[in-house]
Order: sequence, then C-alpha cells, then structure tokens
Amino acid sequence: MLKDITIGQYFPGKSVLHRLDPRMKILLTIGYIVMLFTVSNPLGLCVGILFLIFAYAISGIPPRMITKSLKPVIPIIIFTTVLNMFFVKGDPLFDWWIIHISRQGLLTAVVMTIRIICLIAGTSLLTYTTSPIALTDGLERLMKPLKKIHFPVHELSMMMTIALRFIPTLIEETDKIMNAQKARGADLESGGIMQRAKALVPILIPLFVSAFRRADELALAMECRCYRGDAGRTRMKQLHYSWQDGVAAAMTVACIGAVIAVNIFAPVMF
Amino acid sequence: MSVIKTEHLTHTYSQGTSYEQAAVSDVNLEIEPGELIGVIGHTGSGKSTLIQHFNGLLRPTSGKIYVDGEDIWENPKEIRRIRFKVGLVFQYPEYQLFEDTVYKDIAFGPKNMGLSEEEIDRRVKEAALFVGLKPHHMEKSPFELSGGQKRRVAIAGVIAMSPEVLILDEPTAGLDPKGRERILGQILEYHREQKKTILLVSHSMEDVAKYTEKVLVMNHGKVAMFDEVEKVFSRSREIEAMGLAVPQVSRVFLSLSEKGWPVPANVYTVDQAKTVLEKILKQGGSANA
Ligand SMILES: Nc1ncnc2c1ncn2[C@@H]1O[C@H](COP(=O)(O)OP(=O)(O)OP(=O)(O)O)[C@@H](O)[C@H]1O
Ligand SMILES: [Mg+2]
Repeated sequence: MLKDITIGQYFPGKSVLHRLDPRMKILLTIGYIVMLFTVSNPLGLCVGILFLIFAYAISGIPPRMITKSLKPVIPIIIFTTVLNMFFVKGDPLFDWWIIHISRQGLLTAVVMTIRIICLIAGTSLLTYTTSPIALTDGLERLMKPLKKIHFPVHELSMMMTIALRFIPTLIEETDKIMNAQKARGADLESGGIMQRAKALVPILIPLFVSAFRRADELALAMECRCYRGDAGRTRMKQLHYSWQDGVAAAMTVACIGAVIAVNIFAPVMF
Repeated sequence: MSVIKTEHLTHTYSQGTSYEQAAVSDVNLEIEPGELIGVIGHTGSGKSTLIQHFNGLLRPTSGKIYVDGEDIWENPKEIRRIRFKVGLVFQYPEYQLFEDTVYKDIAFGPKNMGLSEEEIDRRVKEAALFVGLKPHHMEKSPFELSGGQKRRVAIAGVIAMSPEVLILDEPTAGLDPKGRERILGQILEYHREQKKTILLVSHSMEDVAKYTEKVLVMNHGKVAMFDEVEKVFSRSREIEAMGLAVPQVSRVFLSLSEKGWPVPANVYTVDQAKTVLEKILKQGGSANA
C-alpha cells in the first residue's frame, strides 16, 4: 500500500550519534564528503571506510540498512564502474577484441565505486539518525548567516517542516480517495497510458482540493497564534553543542587529517 | 441464500512489521437479502475495516467472503463487478467529489458500469430524487454546495449504481439533527422501496435503535453480538461494559426495572416508552382509584 513508503528515513534510537547536535552532524557529514573526494590513495580510502564502519557500529543502525540505502543508486554505481574500467587509458592489463582494461582503469573503477558507496552510506547515516524536524532545524541555524544577504532562510525551513509534517497526511488521504473512487468502480489498474492518466483525475482533483483546504486552515491557525515569520521568534527547542559533539568533531578532523597526511606522504598510486 | 457471508475473516494491517495488529479477527457472518443492519462498536473496533472487505477494497489476510454465494477473491480480476453489487459510501464522502457538475459526479459510478446514456440519465435523476437533491442543483459545481448537500451528492453517486447491498460508514457524522434525520429517512425509504440490503455504521445508538432492524456489535475486532434490535438492547449492561452507550430511553427503563418497577427492560425508542408508560400509568391510576 501507499502507506509503506517512508519519506525521511529516520530510525529512532538512543545512540550517541542520535544525540549529537544536528548542526554538528550536518557539518561532519559535509566534512566526510569532502574527505572522500580528496582521497587520492587506497590507504586513505581505507581510513574513510573504517571511519564509516565505526560510525555505523556506534549508531546501532542495522547493517542491512546500508544495502537498503544503496539500492536506488546501484545503476549509477554500475555505470561509473563500467565507464572507468573500460575507458581510462593506461598500462594494458587485459586486451581482447574491443575490450581493453588498463591497470589504472581498474584502480579508478574500484576507488570510484567505494567512494560512491561511502558517500551514500555516509549521508544516509545522517538521515537515519536525525529526525527530519531536527534536520531542518539544524539547516536553518547553519544557514542563518545567509540572512544577511536577504536569503529567506526561516521561510524555507518552515516550508520544509510543514511539507514533512503533511506528507504522511496526504498519503493517507490519497489512499482514502483512491478507495472511495474504486468503490464507485474507478479502474486504476488497466488500460494504456492515456487511460491511466485519465483515471487519475478523480483522485488528483479531490486531493488538491483538500490540500488547499488544509493549507488554508493551517495558515489561519498560524495567524491566530500570531505567527509573523522570523522576527522576534524564540525557540522551544534550543540547540546546544555538548562535549560529545566536540569529541565527534575531533575524531572527524583527525580522520580528515590522516587522509591528507596519507595523500602528501604516501606515493600517489594513480 | 445469504447475500454476504464471511468465514473466519481476519485482517491484519502492516503484516510482518512491528506495527502488526489484527483489526478484524475471525468474523463469521451471514447477512440475508433485504436486511437493514446497524453496525456499532467503539472507535477502532474494526467497523470500517470490516465493511471494506464486503466490496473487495481490502483483501482478508485469512478467511473468505462470499457475495451471492460467490467467493469474491477467487477471481481477483473480476473484483470490480463485486463493487457494483456492493456499494460503499465512506466516512465523509463529500471529499471524493471531483466533477464540475453534480450531475456528472453522480454519473461517475454508472458510467464505470458501462451503462447506456439513457440508463445513466435515468439512474442519476432517480438517485438525486432519492437523496432529495433539487433539479436546479444538478448543473451546479459540487464545490459550491453546503456540507450536507455535498454529502447527499456523494450518497447519490453510490445509489445511482443501484447496488444490491448499500453500506454507509457514518453517513450522518458532522451533520445537524435535521440533516441527519433527512439522510437517514431517505436511506430508510431506499430500503423500503427497493428492498435492498443496507448496512449502516453509526455511533448514535438512538439512530440505530430507531432506524434499523438488526444490530451488529463489534468489540476489539470481533463480532460481539449480531441480533434483532430488541434482543441486543435488552443486553444493555454488556453493551455498556464495552464502552458503548445504549439509547437514553433504554437506560432509563433498565434502571427502572432494576429498581423493581414493573416495566420491560427492552424499551429502546421514545415511542415504545410512551406506549408502555401510558399503559402503566392507566393501570396505576385505576388501582389508586
Ligand atoms: N490503513 C490502516 N493501517 C494500519 N492500521 C489501520 C488502518 N486503518 C485502521 N487501522 C487500525 O485498525 C483498527 C480498526 O480500525 P477501523 O478504522 O476499522 O475502526 P472503526 O471501528 O471504523 O473506528 P471509528 O469508529 O473510529 O471509525 C484500529 O486500531 C486502527 O488503528
Ligand atoms: Mg470507521
């Protein structure tokens, strides 16, 4: 059923990672991504992998979630692997008919694949351990400086929060409307593309009508509680950095440092 | 032959996850043609879940459903045919309206049945008349109507399919007393004139007592009682133990009879109460004289 789709893949828990400040987690994730792309040495890559394994281990997120997060990007992974393997020129390793694989090509392919896997698994860890609301909250605080150049930071994050809040509601509503139209004999499952698109009209119209009605009601309710945007607004949930955030930051920085050191001192292998 | 029959019907939402929960379990029912049945039960007792099985919107996790003696899931491709036989009006059905005129919206169901133009026209007009919509409403946009009128358009949309069994999930929720009475009166009329089977889900014991002939009481996903109205309401104490209220008149009479007054315990409408009380008062009066 439609309800089984989960948006925002928050995995409630009580681990240290769950309790870190969302701002810190966002920054560290960005740091980790940058690190992945500065790696130019398999040794450095190992550091990245170990770091990720360590983070997953302390988060308590079941390892099968890693494969689940990777599933949608499998085509991309295959595509880059194949592209790198066959088209990077270098010392020939394997030659047959039109297939040429070079040592450099193979190495780049492996490195790229690991990079993408680490990238996806790492960013997924952020969404697994941070609730969508905390995430938008953290983003809003981080982007606060942008307000100086009149970037609507608060408005954007409010929009994101509201959207996240209403996605489950709208999914439920879609389910209900679909059932109601099916009860009147609507045929949603058969026919060509045109017919199917047409069959969506009885579902989309009531859905939009109700979404607009909800938006209206919500706007009114917010106005009744004197919501006036960002100005003079205080927060119920204050974000504070704790010593754990400090430790996490120190570890990540050490990790990035190690990678850079490896890059500089170890011979570049490709 | 019963028009709807269930055997060990069980439905579990989100099977295989930690949210797993049996919303309906082991329901065995036989509904005869032409019955007018009230369905009651506390919030979350599985009423809506149960009735969505009758027209094949939900598939039972285990158990069987027969409509007109035919196992409806034997041939899942044919499920639409079942939906024309068993019409279901959802809770707050006004939110399903989508056409630009009331007429077209009511015609949506009959059109899906593949009827001829004339037949559709006839059915739409008949259904509109049944629910008390005026001819000048027909060319209006459904979004311009009041809540109660929208509700009637939605009900007409199902009645126009002329189903053998009409199921209504709380058709009067959120309406004023007059609007409720009108809608229920029209449903009753549909039942009397067309001799169709009707299931009416309701939270109002007064309405169930007044309009229906049999009552199905759901409790925690199971059928607690399924019997004639008087028999069910004579077990008022059990019903109250399930967290449901019996009609107020019932309560008064139950208390009176428990206090030793010579009144029957199964009075459940005001009219009955009046007759009974008049009789007793007359007797009492003559005894005193
Ligand atoms: N789509 C769904 N997914 C998961 N659980 C559900 C779903 N619909 C209902 N339930 C659960 O199944 C149980 C029965 O719900 P149901 O809607 O059938 O109750 P109901 O008797 O119609 O209640 P009400 O009087 O409030 O309408 C409830 O515990 C509910 O939480
Ligand atoms: Mg219900």
